[in-house]
Amino acid sequence: MTKPKVATTSLAGCFGCHMSILDIDDRILKLVELIDFHKSPVTDIKKFSDRCLVGLIEGGCCNEENVHVLQDFRKNCDVLISVGDCAIMGGIPAMRNGISLKECFQEAYQDGVTVYNPSGKIPSDRELPLLLDKVYPCSAVVKMDYHMPGCPPSADTIWETLVALLTNKPLDLPYELIKYD
Amino acid sequence: MNENLEAVIREICQKYANDSARMMDIVRDVQSSMGGVSKAAMKAIADAVGVAQVEVESVVTFYAFLSPESKGKVVIRLCNDFIDRMFGADRVAETFEKEFGIKFGETTADGLVTLEYTPCIGMCDQPPAALINDKVVTWLSTDMASRIAKAIKADGNIDKLNLPNGDGNNSHELVNSMVHNNLREKSDLIFADFEPGAGLKNAIAETPVEVIKNVKASRLRGRGGAGFPTGMKWEFTRGAEGDEKYVLCNADEGEPGTFKDRVILTEAPDLMFEGMTVAGYAIGAKTGVVYLRGEYQYLTAFLNDVLQKRRDAGLLGKNILGKSGFDFDIRIQMGAGAYICGEETALISSCEGLRGDPKNRPPFPAQKGYLGKPTSVNNVETFCAVAKIMEKGAPWFAQKGSQGSAGLKLFSVSGDCKKPGVYELPFGTTVKELLVKVGAEDAIAVQVGGACGITVAPSSFDEKICYDHLATGGSVMVFGPGRDLLELAHSFMEFFEEESCGYCTPCRVGNTLLKRRLEYVMAGKGSPEDLVYMETLGNTIRNTSRCGLGQTSANPVLTTLQNFRSLYEGKVKPSKDGQLASFDLNQAVGLSESIVGRKSIHHHD
Repeated sequence: MTKPKVATTSLAGCFGCHMSILDIDDRILKLVELIDFHKSPVTDIKKFSDRCLVGLIEGGCCNEENVHVLQDFRKNCDVLISVGDCAIMGGIPAMRNGISLKECFQEAYQDGVTVYNPSGKIPSDRELPLLLDKVYPCSAVVKMDYHMPGCPPSADTIWETLVALLTNKPLDLPYELIKYD
Repeated sequence: MNENLEAVIREICQKYANDSARMMDIVRDVQSSMGGVSKAAMKAIADAVGVAQVEVESVVTFYAFLSPESKGKVVIRLCNDFIDRMFGADRVAETFEKEFGIKFGETTADGLVTLEYTPCIGMCDQPPAALINDKVVTWLSTDMASRIAKAIKADGNIDKLNLPNGDGNNSHELVNSMVHNNLREKSDLIFADFEPGAGLKNAIAETPVEVIKNVKASRLRGRGGAGFPTGMKWEFTRGAEGDEKYVLCNADEGEPGTFKDRVILTEAPDLMFEGMTVAGYAIGAKTGVVYLRGEYQYLTAFLNDVLQKRRDAGLLGKNILGKSGFDFDIRIQMGAGAYICGEETALISSCEGLRGDPKNRPPFPAQKGYLGKPTSVNNVETFCAVAKIMEKGAPWFAQKGSQGSAGLKLFSVSGDCKKPGVYELPFGTTVKELLVKVGAEDAIAVQVGGACGITVAPSSFDEKICYDHLATGGSVMVFGPGRDLLELAHSFMEFFEEESCGYCTPCRVGNTLLKRRLEYVMAGKGSPEDLVYMETLGNTIRNTSRCGLGQTSANPVLTTLQNFRSLYEGKVKPSKDGQLASFDLNQAVGLSESIVGRKSIHHHD
């Protein structure tokens, strides 16, 4: 029997949630008995070539590429999980939502004290994805099936969640894993 | 100039004995004499009464009728609730904007006029209505609006228009208002003949404990809507420890569609004051405060006159009706435009000169209320019923109404009906019976209990209006064929978003999220999951908010979802492969495209 596939991606996140995935340590050996990693920074597979059971999404959507990737994940995964606070509600990147986009550009490319940009232009290379007007949580773009809170969610939380999902058992996280202050 | 400002403020503060608990009166007076409460004025007030400036600022910025900026000499506050908009408030607004050359929210360059919107001002039976400073104008047409505007431009007021006065005491020289009572049906309770002192005389012939026993025997429950047994509330307040106790009358009727207190205050204020005096006797209080909503300022001179007459007749003051040691007096505390102050603990905060924030319970007001003392807060209509119960006896009252809900109730009926106005009917009247009386047999929906109430579908018109079935503080809004009930729910959500005091997150954030999702659905962008989301979110707001506002603010959405689900289902489509139609990439990158100067590579047309 072929193993179910899991895909992961980091959108507008800091890769901290992916670090937390790796933080399951030697349990990763048990995990690869249960699943194959498909499209993911871990495997460096760039394109979906197979349907996946689970997609783990770190980060919200701050630019058009994030949206494109997230929509692609939705098309190719049965179950999508927001991993961490940025995916769930925008997180730290969403702190720019109270500031106009124009001001953000000015600060980053023109007026900031450490900016060196003699031309004074705002970069417009086609390789650079355009920023969205604000940072969106994943659930504002596609239907998300589950939300795993934390900044980042601990390795134990990620492990327990994946195992419960893959073995079709109810998830019962101890209080210590879901309290945050 | 500055010295002058300080002198004026010192004088105002002195008028209230430099008492910070009278902050509402102080800032209201400053607002009306200076057009606004500037930072300099806040500092002067803070210095005079000995509080921090930020405390003054927190009050000024909380209430809709107060402002740090100077307003125009004439402030026109047009009511834009759903009922008023049904009857043309939007066209009236356009006329005002055209006449004065400004938008709502703005002040004319010469400082003459400010245009503002305001939620329900208690005139839903004569819409559209507006406040012009303290003066109420009703049944506005575009024609009338333009006459008003021209008069203000010419004279700075509308006195020369000689608007005809309304019926009854609306024509009293101290009221002088074009408001109509629209008292459509009276019974033998509140608007029956009443001799001032008739109830009080019987009350003081008994001991306070016997009076409370009588009120309990009458099975009277609070008329504000929540229905707490009045006698029990008094018993708790009487039994609570404290050297001083207070009686507070909640005349902040701000629930959209309610205006029965307006008619009581106009036609039966004696009955209300008498009920308060009975309460003072029963619980052992010496002071009563009527918290009157700012919108009813036009009635204060009249009410103060009634109070004076009662003092002259020995019905207030020292040794009332010759009963040695029975002292009680009443003052009127004006509000300043905040719906939340109808919630009893927020009302207490406001009376204490603070922002209208609700307080934590326990302790309940009966133990620790106004100024930290045991306090009974009751509705205007409840006090009236008490006075009548004292006059006619508890059994007379108890046999009226339905099993769990004794007595008669005033209903304020507005909307698509032939005879909007106030009706005094027994509890247990069905929605259908009421609709026949008001001339609205073709109603497609009835909103019972105001914005926080229930949207009732025709299939439930046989339900009884009483505490156990359809509970209401009196508001009944009728909607005829062709009215958009999703628009109705949306307008109520806008109202709650504005009126949330902001203290707790479920209410402050939740109502905004709920309104936004409703807008998605109304725009045809929603999916069936959005309806589930709205239900879940609505229940979270209901279960986790701190006070009654948040505990009921999701009702417009929750009850229409329950009773008119097909309206929502007609608007939503299943989302394609989990992609949300509510997310619009073109719109989201639009701003970037214009700043960077190129099109998105993912651009879809």
